[in-house]
Amino acid sequence: MSSVAQKRGFGATLWDWLTTVDHKKIGILYLLGGGFFFIVGGIEAMIIRLQLLTPNNDLVSAGIFNQMITMHGTTMIFLAAMPILIGFMNAIMPLQIGARDVAFPFLNSLGFWMFMFGGIFLNLSWFFGQVPDAGWTSYASLALVSEGHGVDFYAIGLQIAGGGTLMGGINFLVTIINMRAPGMTYMRMPLFTWTTFVASAMILFAFPPLTVGLFLLTFERMFGGNFFDHTMGGNTIIWEHIFWIFGHPEVYILILPAFGIFSEIFSIFSRKRLFGYSAMVFATVLIGFLGFMVWAHHMFTVGLGPTANAIFSVATMAIAIPTGVKIFNWLLTMWGGSIKITTPMLWALGFIPTFVMGGVTGVMLGTAPLDYQLHDTYFVVAHFHYVIVGGTVFGILAGLHLYWPKMFGTLLNEMLGKVTFWFFFIGFHLTFLIQHWLGFWGMPRRVFTYMDGQGWNSSNLISTVGALFMAIGITVLVYNIIVTSVKNVRVANDPWGDGRTLEWAIESPPLYYNFAQTPLVRGLDTVYIEKMEGNASGLTPAEPVQDIHMPNGSFIPFMMSLGLFIAGFGAMYRAEESWGLPVLIFGLLWTFIAMAMRSLKDDLGYYVKKDEILRDMKRKGGQK
Amino acid sequence: MDLNKKFTPETWPDHPERATLEAKNKFVGFWLFLGGETILFATLFATYLALKNKGPSGFEFTTQGLFELPLVFVMTLLLLTSSLTSVYAMYHLRNYDFKKMQLWLVITAFLGLGFLALEMYEFVHYVKLGFTYDNSAFSSAFYTLVGTHGFHVAVGLVWITLLIYRNSKRGLNLYNATKFYTFSLYWHFIDVVWVFIFTVVYLMGVIG
Repeated sequence: MSSVAQKRGFGATLWDWLTTVDHKKIGILYLLGGGFFFIVGGIEAMIIRLQLLTPNNDLVSAGIFNQMITMHGTTMIFLAAMPILIGFMNAIMPLQIGARDVAFPFLNSLGFWMFMFGGIFLNLSWFFGQVPDAGWTSYASLALVSEGHGVDFYAIGLQIAGGGTLMGGINFLVTIINMRAPGMTYMRMPLFTWTTFVASAMILFAFPPLTVGLFLLTFERMFGGNFFDHTMGGNTIIWEHIFWIFGHPEVYILILPAFGIFSEIFSIFSRKRLFGYSAMVFATVLIGFLGFMVWAHHMFTVGLGPTANAIFSVATMAIAIPTGVKIFNWLLTMWGGSIKITTPMLWALGFIPTFVMGGVTGVMLGTAPLDYQLHDTYFVVAHFHYVIVGGTVFGILAGLHLYWPKMFGTLLNEMLGKVTFWFFFIGFHLTFLIQHWLGFWGMPRRVFTYMDGQGWNSSNLISTVGALFMAIGITVLVYNIIVTSVKNVRVANDPWGDGRTLEWAIESPPLYYNFAQTPLVRGLDTVYIEKMEGNASGLTPAEPVQDIHMPNGSFIPFMMSLGLFIAGFGAMYRAEESWGLPVLIFGLLWTFIAMAMRSLKDDLGYYVKKDEILRDMKRKGGQK
Repeated sequence: MDLNKKFTPETWPDHPERATLEAKNKFVGFWLFLGGETILFATLFATYLALKNKGPSGFEFTTQGLFELPLVFVMTLLLLTSSLTSVYAMYHLRNYDFKKMQLWLVITAFLGLGFLALEMYEFVHYVKLGFTYDNSAFSSAFYTLVGTHGFHVAVGLVWITLLIYRNSKRGLNLYNATKFYTFSLYWHFIDVVWVFIFTVVYLMGVIG
């Protein structure tokens, strides 16, 4: 299939998307899936804020409120932020290193479908009326006494989705290790590729503990195991350790790719080389390493003792150092640059003060004695929204505007983009800045309502108004996407005019084989170097035009994920329904048979013929 | 990749398992996967150590009372030997001797099957004693750790059976060499995990 629009039936198009192993299409699928769940999580957030609009409000009951906060957190972290970032990694990273696809295209597709089926499984809980309600951390002491199947939906849904993420992590690691174009040494890799690399390594080592934790919870709730129940000799703290050994690296998995996107933006729109590139790389790796050393700062009040608290406190504060290095490097990249204020750049500029505030409150919370005061108050809520929204979500929205033309071949409207930014930015600070004080004034988090006369009324009102602003911002963004997609004005290779890395030297969107000839990388910001030397195409080929090997599409990933989805329902209803066990076995067999088919049937891929590539090059008049 | 390309022991590459880009990807990817598996088992070990010998009040099972080393010794012997035989298989993979490789892989699979049979016997024996999965934190943690390892052995057996069957008629090529090689990596890995289970669960259980 070439980029020239060919008339095809709906069925053929659908089949193409269900079986695709093309990293660019999977990137778009991740973006669509993640975007859908982002809207769902946003609606849940709005319900939370509307419930807290006035004291003694009864918009939703206490039980539904618990379900809302649980699903809001779980959805935003696992089903929105991570998949959207993985979508960018998929769509952009292989282009940045001059590769034609990821290392394991089949696994890439499997990862997406597992995420999608896991996410659907989790959200089907709404239709069963049994929704997870033990918080996104699902602490065992709460989760074990949660009635109905709510927590089972959580455990099994995340298990399926988490498996997909793990595959994505391994895939990106191997892609970056093995498939860089000639001349693309590690220290010439764009920062977004570097952060993808480190985040993927963190996924590889952080997700197995989650897998185990969720299995233990599943076994305890559904199969009679005893790990957390103290009356049977269990220990509820084990869950907290396992969860946070996963959960803390997870927040760095969320923030590092956003850092990468911002690094690209600052460099492109300041029209300068990134300041302190090697320090940036070092800081990224250091953050990735330290991210595994600090999990117990979520557990200061558990009572691990002063020694443990002191060690984790110091380790936590140490992370501020590499993060600070990054902040200063971004500022110095802009220093003396010829700055262009575009929508992505606006998000990046908004990100710096916002994220620094989140970082400072992070160091405050990392101080164990102070944490005893602030634990489980709205101060914590304010803190993690400042880093996750101010860092990750800003990064996602910046990346969305920056990479939209590369992914879809058309530019989002800049005017509407700026409207989105200002509504969201102002709304964000309205919502969460005041929550720091709400925390100081003693308002606990995760309460479904509060009484009148405690001085919290106007602050909560301001907070809810801010949330409405954010919702307006996102609505404008959706409108922007629809309008520009309908207009569909095609753009050139480098719509921003200042692209410095390989992805900006090829078509928007790229042809399905990305590079007609694998490029030769001559330094950091290789496209910039080429352009400065008068090579308008920005690329020097490293090979003659020749046949290109490409992977075949496959329907097996969809089938494998569907089997796990079916098995999940069987496991959940095994104890009370006679059909439970057979369905569980049927689903697992389905998956294993699909796996065996993959193993038994050779899949050697196919070749794009030299003639076709030459034809494309002639039509595009592009790469020489 | 051309599956019909015929090799001789002379033209067969020194490292057939990573002779092409696809093979190199699988090789590196599988090592990384084993890195993740290591963390998975580490988490299970930590859980087991935290819950060892713990149960409801009046719980009478302990590691000393339960485990018997002779059976576990035989299991260890079987699994360690199967690791050795898989090394022989890889030796013949490198020498392009398909028949001998298949033979050693079959022996590997049978040794693995013996291990799994003894493990099932062991579990059934414990259950008969009343040490069931749901009777305590200790039993849950024990069966989950050792059972996860056993599940890995079972998956390995299905995997190697499919590989032997699928390739029985067509001999070695650069496409399936990686598949055999990653299987042997996997087999070594579950062997190493067993060494830790043997030490931490059984030896330290009986002595400590």
